[in-house]
Amino acid sequence: MAFNGHQREDEGIDEDETPTKQPRSEKEMPGCFKTEPHNEASASAGRSTSERRTSNSTMRHRADSVKKTRPPFPWFGMDIGGTLVKLVYFEPKDITAEEEQEEVENLKSIRRYLTSNTAYGKTGIRDVHLELQDLTLCGRTGNLHFIRFPTHDLPAFLQMGRNKHFSSLHTTLCATGGGAYKFESDFRTMADLQLHKLDELDCLIRGVLYIDSVMSSGPSECYYFENPTDPDHCVQKPYTLENPYPLLLVNIGSGVSILAVYSESNYKRVTGTSLGGGTFLGLCCLLTGCSTFEEALEMASQGESTRVDKLVRDIYGGDYERFGLPGWAVASSFGNMMSKEKRESVSKEDLARATLVTITNNIGSITRMCALNENIERVVFVGNFLRVNTLSMKLLAYAMDYWSKGQLKALFLRHEGYFGAVGALLELLHPS
Amino acid sequence: MDKSITLPPDEIFRNLENAKRFAIDIGGSLTKLAYYSTVQHKVAKVRSFDKATKEAASDKLYEISVQEEVTARLHFIKFENAYIETCLDFIKDHLVNTETKVIKATGGGAHKFKELIERKLGLKVDKEDEMTCLIKGCNFVLRNIPHEAFVYAKHADSEFRFQTTQPDIFPYLLVNIGSGVSIVKVESEDKFERIGGSSIGGGTFWGLGALLTKTKRFDELLQLASKGQHTSVDMLVKDIYGGSYGSLGLTGDLIASSFGKSATADKEFSKEDMAKSLLHMISNDIGQLACLYAKLHNLSRVYFGGFFIRGHPVTMHTITYSINFFTKGEVQALFLRHEGYLGAIGAFLKGAEEDNPNQYSWGENYAGSSGLMSVSPDMNPMQRARSGTFDMLEMDRLERQLVNLPLLQDPSSYIPDTMDLTEDALAREYWLYCFEEALDGVVKRAVASQPDMPEAAERAEKFRQKYRHKLQTLRHQPFAYGSLTVRSLLDTREHCLNEFNFPDPYSKIKQNENDIALKYYQKAVKSLEELSWEERQFALVRGVLAGNVFDWGAKAVSDVLESDPEFGFEQAKRQLEGSKCLKTTHPGFLLQGPPHKCALFFVDNSGVDIILGVIPFVRELLSRGTEVVLASNSGPALNDVTNGELQILTERIAAMDPVIQAGLREDRLTLVQSGSSSPCLDLSRLDKVLAQVVRERQTDLVIIEGMGRAIHTNYYAMLSCESLKMAVIKNSWLADRLGGKLFSVVFKYEVPAGKPSQGSAAVTPS
Repeated sequence: MAFNGHQREDEGIDEDETPTKQPRSEKEMPGCFKTEPHNEASASAGRSTSERRTSNSTMRHRADSVKKTRPPFPWFGMDIGGTLVKLVYFEPKDITAEEEQEEVENLKSIRRYLTSNTAYGKTGIRDVHLELQDLTLCGRTGNLHFIRFPTHDLPAFLQMGRNKHFSSLHTTLCATGGGAYKFESDFRTMADLQLHKLDELDCLIRGVLYIDSVMSSGPSECYYFENPTDPDHCVQKPYTLENPYPLLLVNIGSGVSILAVYSESNYKRVTGTSLGGGTFLGLCCLLTGCSTFEEALEMASQGESTRVDKLVRDIYGGDYERFGLPGWAVASSFGNMMSKEKRESVSKEDLARATLVTITNNIGSITRMCALNENIERVVFVGNFLRVNTLSMKLLAYAMDYWSKGQLKALFLRHEGYFGAVGALLELLHPS
Repeated sequence: MDKSITLPPDEIFRNLENAKRFAIDIGGSLTKLAYYSTVQHKVAKVRSFDKATKEAASDKLYEISVQEEVTARLHFIKFENAYIETCLDFIKDHLVNTETKVIKATGGGAHKFKELIERKLGLKVDKEDEMTCLIKGCNFVLRNIPHEAFVYAKHADSEFRFQTTQPDIFPYLLVNIGSGVSIVKVESEDKFERIGGSSIGGGTFWGLGALLTKTKRFDELLQLASKGQHTSVDMLVKDIYGGSYGSLGLTGDLIASSFGKSATADKEFSKEDMAKSLLHMISNDIGQLACLYAKLHNLSRVYFGGFFIRGHPVTMHTITYSINFFTKGEVQALFLRHEGYLGAIGAFLKGAEEDNPNQYSWGENYAGSSGLMSVSPDMNPMQRARSGTFDMLEMDRLERQLVNLPLLQDPSSYIPDTMDLTEDALAREYWLYCFEEALDGVVKRAVASQPDMPEAAERAEKFRQKYRHKLQTLRHQPFAYGSLTVRSLLDTREHCLNEFNFPDPYSKIKQNENDIALKYYQKAVKSLEELSWEERQFALVRGVLAGNVFDWGAKAVSDVLESDPEFGFEQAKRQLEGSKCLKTTHPGFLLQGPPHKCALFFVDNSGVDIILGVIPFVRELLSRGTEVVLASNSGPALNDVTNGELQILTERIAAMDPVIQAGLREDRLTLVQSGSSSPCLDLSRLDKVLAQVVRERQTDLVIIEGMGRAIHTNYYAMLSCESLKMAVIKNSWLADRLGGKLFSVVFKYEVPAGKPSQGSAAVTPS
């Protein structure tokens, strides 16, 4: 029976004291610093679940508890969405020679496979630029990798897991997103893996708060656009998300969920819309014949939406002053396409651009109404729709600022779509 | 331009000779024309013979004359833009008497057709702001047209559930879905604000739909959508989760991502499925935004309009679904019967501001209006051949302003009609049959009422055709004029009779009845006075009820009266003798306690009913020290006594009866008109003067008499003071429904909760 080397680790290292990246505070930090083991593993290890370790505990005890409650490698967090599977993988870099020796071959091979490649199969991609290096997680130091592949390639992924005998590692695979439910039986039958299913919104919030808290050097995790209404001076600026609450969190995946977050554990889903990233790509595929998000975005960047949309000035010749509507505002998305001549004169690029603008502005508009109804001034946009999509981010920044007369601030996070997966990983390391 | 069409002038652009104040609203595909005209029509007048000529005249009680009267009417006509040139030509040719110099114009197409209109009509086009017109029009229909707003329920017995007119229509939210969406908050007649909107609207459905399906027309796109399956294009919650997302209460069938499946699959999608998915996407999005705005501004009345909605059950359904979903049923999506006319109405009102049309009340003319869905091909297979795509709305200016009876317990929940035939299919069938059966008799009566006019028979025939057509329409579209009720069927008949200049087919009968009954008056009063107090109370009630048998509107009675002209009061009393009382209270309750301050009495028929039944009862009230307000119809309806007739009758009675004379002289007996010309009674639309008198006199008792006023309507009406509803059921089907026999009696005395059961002068109506 194969086992994970770290279960045999006896020599404690004061890993806790040497994090390269410190969380801002323990309170905000949902990782393993709040060592309150009460998962089944620790219970079976003979520890009383009621034994609470406070910050006054000695380091020795702490290291012990961390070590004992630490799950075996490999550490994965997975988020199976409607369009993409997001996978985060923690690669330990502090492996001792002894560990190295004891590490089973399967584990080694997975680690090598994931860290030595940046693309997997035809569609799997590791977002190298997002990698978090020298991260201390649960007493171990290493790199956090961010990998994604289309949900429709999940069978291939499972096949690979089977080939690499993933199940022999006896790891718990923490998964969130709808696919954790939908594909649970496939994981079992195809790869002999048991999923630990987690709520996607819980994971999302946990992930956002964690990633924001560990990023202290390098590019800031959170950023905004300065002068959003002035295209010439609109620049990306870092933002420190201190005292983040209350916060409106808008997750734009295939669809959109809007959450009002009052604390890590106190949040509600305000509403959602089915007009999301999936709609953008779906419509673009139908309208332009493209087949990938990147392709659709590329087209959009070259198009002109004003040929497709009917603007206020197209109807009123200028501003509609009676109602304070500027002439450049879109009066009717795709409104010009009611006319046959105009349908024949637009390019695919124009159509892609109009689709992007329509979906983005609609999300902006619903978000703004939610912010007003919930009386929240800060909005954080996440989700893979925003990946390499500066166009949409700037549009959102503009819309928030313009229509609220500067009251609302649009914030963005570098790890856009990975927070659910990070949340799932955190759940593995420290069950809430 | 289609010049080949021939317009049926008498049916569409009516009364053009006197037309003035034109307004036009030109939309993307439909034009709405509005104008004001005066209609000359015959009205029946009664007049006492001059003292001097009395001897010379016949032995008749009063003089009946038919006079020409001029009333104001608003015409609204909707037609396809293709006909605009033909229509303008037609108007030019028929416009004679107008001093009009300008035409108010609104709508997106007003600009495009400006030159054409100015050239054709020689009128200067004066553009009005679209949104302002829309709101003005909306306020106007909400205030003046009962059952204007409705809730749409696709799978219910009746798809259209009409709302009762609210005493205060403000505040409300109007979501106008044109090519884009405007969301307007309306707080008062002049105060409104565009609080938001969206660029995803009808133009998005149309434009994007045309791109996706290569289908050009909006209607065709909707047709496609109604046949499609969105689940093959949309990514549902269950496509992601395999089932529902339980912890959030999101069911598996919810759309997680619109068009989400068209991004991953390499397959072809059907036009129908894509159109359906698009329809859901847009409807849900608009519904969601509307809800967010309604919540932010704390508004619960949300009306939807614009070409996306207009007459399309498909979009009304998807919007309703969306609103229900996003507000969990707390807000209802409301639609308007005359939504397509709002802009034209508003533009017209802008032009007519100097006449201050809002100071009047207006009423929908059922004879001249097409009704809901008249031009919707899928709703009306038996399309009228001649006026196919023309839809009309006509509104008559009422002579007086109509308001709520101040004594209604809850004006906002008051529903006049006892039975909603839109929802009750069995009852609908029965009553439509009844009215159809009675048509011959009405035609005969109409002809007989105008013996000196040779063309009366021809007009009566036209009336027959028109009314029969209305009945046929209502059989297929019972929702055409709002909730179908016995009252609306009766009113429609009156409107059609007026249309063909039969203002008062029963004038002669009424005259005769009144004449005969007057002869018995003194005898009747004398015999009542001889009775003991207790006996007299019973006799008075019996008298009112027996009098109420004399109703030409009821077939069971008119047959008897027709065959036995000698049928009299005593026989009627005997008829009631053995009958069961369906709803009764000891009349002593009513007249035992301290006298009421003032009684308001809504009267019914002429002749025996009013003279031998009602007046003696009134006399008793007066003797007890109770003031009496007699409310009778302003205009004729069947053999109901009109205010004009009642004036003469009371004068004649006063001459014989000192009690009545004193009552009139001391102003303790007052005659007022109800403001209505219907055999039924809508307590939310009464003459303003009546409401004022009721308030001034601190009315604490309301008596409603007759089948039309107390059973077909107001049977369940709740008043804030004591009330008495009295009627004889002269229809066996209805008697059966209410659990009795023909000529059963309803005597319903009600005291509002929390009030002492006897009249009290201290009651102050609010």
